[in-house]
Amino acid sequence: MHGRPRKASKPEDEAASAAKAVKLRSLQSQFMTYHHEKIYTKEAIELSTKLLEINPEAYTAWNYRKLAVEDSLSRIGPDPNLVKPILDEELRVVENALKQNFKSYGAWHHRKWVLSKGHSSTGNELKLLDKFQKLDSRNFHAWNYRRFVVELTNRSEQDELQYTDDMINNNFSNYSAWHNRSVLLSSLLANRADGFMPEKRIPDEFEIVHQAIFTDPDDQSGWFYHLWLLDQTVNVESPLLTSSWPSHGSSVILSGAGCLNGPPSNVTTFCSETGSFPLILYFDQAVGGVSPLTVTIDSELKGNENLVWEPISNKSSQVSCVWVARLKYFSSQPCGSKDHKVKVRLGNSPGIVSSRGYNFSAPYEFVFTVHVQDTAEDSHSQESIVSWTDGFELWDAQSKDLNSLFTLDQLNNGIDLKWRQAAIDSEIECFRLLADSKIGKLTLARLLMASEAMTLDAAVKGVYYEEILQLYNDLMALDSSHHQYYKNEHSVAFLHKVTSSSESLSRHLFRYRDMNNLVCLRLNKLSLSRIASVEKLLFVQMLDLSHNELHSTEGLEAMQLLSCLNLSHNRIRSFSALDSLRHVKQLKVLDVSHNHIGKHSVDTTRYLCSSPLSNSDWSQDGVRGQNPGLVTKYWDAYFVLRDLNLKQLDIAGNEIADDEFSSFVLQVVPKLVWLNGQKPGN
Amino acid sequence: MIDLPPYPPLDPSNYYLIVVGTGVSESVSAAAASSSGSSVLHLDPNPFYGSHFASLSLPDLTSFLHSNSVSPHPPPPSSPPILPSNSHELISVDLVHRSLYSSVEISSFDSEILEEHSRRFNVDLCGPRVVFCADESINLMLKSGANNYVEFKSIDASFVGDSSGELRNVPDSRAAIFKSKSLTLLEKNLLMKFFKLVQSQLAESDDTTTTTVKISEEDMESPFVDFLAKMRLPPNIKSIILYAIAMLDYDQDNMETCRHLLKTKEGIDRLALYIKSMGRFSNALGALIYPIYGQGELPQAFCRRAAVKGCIYVLRMPITALLLDKETGDYKGVRLASGQEIFSQKLILDPCINVGLESLSSLTDQQNETLRVLVPKAMINKEKIARGICVIRGSVKSDISNALIVYPPKSLFPEQLTAIRVLQLGSGVAVCPADMHVLYFSILCENDDQGIKALLSAMSNLIRLPVPESDSSVENDTCEAKPLLLWRALYVQELVKGEFGGTISSMPSADGSLNYKETVESAVKLYEQIMGSEELFKEEETSLENTTEENEGGVEIEEN
Repeated sequence: MHGRPRKASKPEDEAASAAKAVKLRSLQSQFMTYHHEKIYTKEAIELSTKLLEINPEAYTAWNYRKLAVEDSLSRIGPDPNLVKPILDEELRVVENALKQNFKSYGAWHHRKWVLSKGHSSTGNELKLLDKFQKLDSRNFHAWNYRRFVVELTNRSEQDELQYTDDMINNNFSNYSAWHNRSVLLSSLLANRADGFMPEKRIPDEFEIVHQAIFTDPDDQSGWFYHLWLLDQTVNVESPLLTSSWPSHGSSVILSGAGCLNGPPSNVTTFCSETGSFPLILYFDQAVGGVSPLTVTIDSELKGNENLVWEPISNKSSQVSCVWVARLKYFSSQPCGSKDHKVKVRLGNSPGIVSSRGYNFSAPYEFVFTVHVQDTAEDSHSQESIVSWTDGFELWDAQSKDLNSLFTLDQLNNGIDLKWRQAAIDSEIECFRLLADSKIGKLTLARLLMASEAMTLDAAVKGVYYEEILQLYNDLMALDSSHHQYYKNEHSVAFLHKVTSSSESLSRHLFRYRDMNNLVCLRLNKLSLSRIASVEKLLFVQMLDLSHNELHSTEGLEAMQLLSCLNLSHNRIRSFSALDSLRHVKQLKVLDVSHNHIGKHSVDTTRYLCSSPLSNSDWSQDGVRGQNPGLVTKYWDAYFVLRDLNLKQLDIAGNEIADDEFSSFVLQVVPKLVWLNGQKPGN
Repeated sequence: MIDLPPYPPLDPSNYYLIVVGTGVSESVSAAAASSSGSSVLHLDPNPFYGSHFASLSLPDLTSFLHSNSVSPHPPPPSSPPILPSNSHELISVDLVHRSLYSSVEISSFDSEILEEHSRRFNVDLCGPRVVFCADESINLMLKSGANNYVEFKSIDASFVGDSSGELRNVPDSRAAIFKSKSLTLLEKNLLMKFFKLVQSQLAESDDTTTTTVKISEEDMESPFVDFLAKMRLPPNIKSIILYAIAMLDYDQDNMETCRHLLKTKEGIDRLALYIKSMGRFSNALGALIYPIYGQGELPQAFCRRAAVKGCIYVLRMPITALLLDKETGDYKGVRLASGQEIFSQKLILDPCINVGLESLSSLTDQQNETLRVLVPKAMINKEKIARGICVIRGSVKSDISNALIVYPPKSLFPEQLTAIRVLQLGSGVAVCPADMHVLYFSILCENDDQGIKALLSAMSNLIRLPVPESDSSVENDTCEAKPLLLWRALYVQELVKGEFGGTISSMPSADGSLNYKETVESAVKLYEQIMGSEELFKEEETSLENTTEENEGGVEIEEN
């Protein structure tokens, strides 16, 4: 029922509809009187019937009928012979209303309500549905109701699957049918019903959806089903630990505030003023329930008995891919230069559960060594400005310590990778044939990415990236209306490529000599529009993303070690886009110069009110008390900067960066040492 | 020839138009003329409606074919060809019957069973024939109201066959392409792309503002087969499009034997007819429908319409002679077999009615001119159509009753020059008893032997021919699954074109195509020439009430 042009109404139609409106109004007012006075006489009920037959959308009338039914049921007692005619009448009214408008929410809901009373025969319901689905096979109300009836009648899921087969064979351009199929199969596969083993069934389903995609590549209903199947093939149900920092087998030097200016070391050095270091767990899907109960830590480090695990997520929810706990160490205590082993164990007791309800079930443990060092008294480097132009030393590609930074994905011994890889391989082969269409190219690129993600063999890992990047380049040229999407996917693929091996990553890795030999990753001038592969970059302490096309810092929140970040010459449009940095407690140096902050007004449509400040109680807040006008004006900057511990900030080259804003920044971040390359007050 | 019961004389004896023969073309003309208010007398020498488009029981069909086939001995010499009429100003010219059929061979392999059910068959003379939903004949039926008298059912499926005996579904729609098991994914992709191109080409003519891809003028004039190759369609798909959708006869890849090389433009038109047929009636499964009780229902429906509008019908009434004005040579009327003379201004005749050559010599030039279209001509174009009818037990495809099967040229044997079409019909369309099917076969041919050979080859591909008991063990295994042949008719029919001759015109015979498109188009053209009217059934365009009764799988054709 799509694509039907609306016809301009003729004068006589308009007159008729005006007459109908008058009639409807009088019916409605009479009805409302009955309703308010709780009159459930035969006459009153008949009036509501009349009203609903003309206007099935009058949901008050449906509610009234429910009350009326309850009323009459309460008076006649439980005799089924008396109950049934009352309910049958309701079904009849619904049917007539649906004839008028088979997309009436109220009518379908009323029917559900009547049936749940349990006195009506359900035999006719599927027949009625067949009739409505013949009128419009994609009518999602009917499909919804169908699922309801199926559940009520205990019709088998296999039978329903066969029904979607029939509907799809009849016309495969039917989102509802494909969707219902995915719902049914999810359940059948999860229960491992007769013959519904994923390794057999998923390839068969791929074969079916190929027929649709190849027959009509422009028909989107098949795309979504294919995407769902791909998801079923790639994603493993139970969550896994993707990476951690520190990683298994690595060593970390910990020191207190200030920096060591010793010779370059092969080991990551972490300095902290608070005497704690982050332990980062990165899962392949959002999980909840990470706590001292589910994660056990064995170490000699004191005071870590009741760790607080914090989900690192922009949404204030209790599920996240990234979880952080801050482990305490006391560098001031004279314990010498002692190495401490830390052993982390997950999954021994249940409780880590994915947002889809699957348990982290494969027990896993990793061990790393921390070396607590005395703090050097020299605190000069604190004051010196971080320059992004020199002071970098290229990483020695041969050095072994690079491998220790890298963490391997948790191996999935229990997972049947074999059929999944085979399915993806045959999909790749198939979609190479369709590479002359946009969806063919896009699907191929997705498949190749999926294949890379599953490949464990180092010898063939990474072979597809060039092809993937080329496909996205082609798509950007072919389909300009989705340019940004392809651009983002291109960036993701590029970052996967960079992080796919230590060789390729080492080309972008440096040590920053002037500051404690920080591990620095330089991904500048690569026209990146999105950040990805963060799980492999948890060790990075200094990140140069300048001269790219980034719109936001989403994803960087997992990089808990990050202390210097260069985002100059990107496309950041507001401080809200930097929101994720609030989680990065180590961040000291931030360069957001030459972006678009202030050029466009902040998009407030995402918020219910014009600024989050307008309805919250911030009156106690110091800065706000002093300068309420500026806080209101720069509320997005206020929200982000307030939570950061910046020493150096660069905002030059943005629309917003005027004297007023600079003085506001200094109020919000009084500890700032460098603003736009200058010491404030000088 | 036929024993005539005594007929009361016809009254009146003067009409505007006399039509002889109740084939499709003649019946359309009679209905059109009656509805435009003319007085019409419609005659048929046979005791049934439909002439060469009739649907008959097996015995009736047998006797009709035999009596209308080229007889081995010449007809008995008649009385002097030219007789004076009852009236002195007129002369009468005797008519001769021309036989359209040759090589008629009818064999029964199970007379007992057939005898038992003999009256339950409605077998078409002009088969295999179906109606395309967007066919001109449907438009005429809707316009004239003749649709009230016929009901149709869908042809369930169409197939392409080859010498291996395998029948592959014709992927003629989006859903059929999706479901097809015989096409590769890439073939599906290319075929659907091609269909979309044709569809956008059709949409183009309605809406010129859209910037869809259009087939270039140059391509439109090029051979269709070249255009299909240009669209990268592989040979098997090309063959499906040419022979199972565009329904071509001649091998488009063979320049020597191809009598009609189709241009892209014509090809697109043929596909357009098919595509438009697909979606025309919501209760029709596909593009093709078939009238319940057989094709004979179609001419009959037009006759009923004509009768409602005042046309007078007399069956079992041959005409024996034409009456011409002695002086001017103008046509005046006909003499019926009953001896009565009936007058009219115009005359439309069945293609079987001719003037004997010996009569012509004694006529004046003007008289000869009047009779021009009735003079038998030497056949320049020796194209004929071989038809076959088989009654079988079972079905050629399990679980499918009504089906069309096409064998493209060369698909059965190397010398097969034209496509063979086969139509299987079952009891659902009330043409045979429940456990049987009627199969119609046809192929265009140059001579009888060539045609019959091709038909037999297609038959043996689909049907188990009864073999003598002794040989039965030889190839028992291979033909186990095939249905058994009970009855068979083979015949070759001449293809006669219609001709406009002023007051006297001759209508075409049943043509070699699968549908009525050309038959009806030429009938309409002839009618317009004869009557000088602008449009057929002009006044009939009153609103047709939508009678949407639920009937089991029936296709109700309605204006929508």
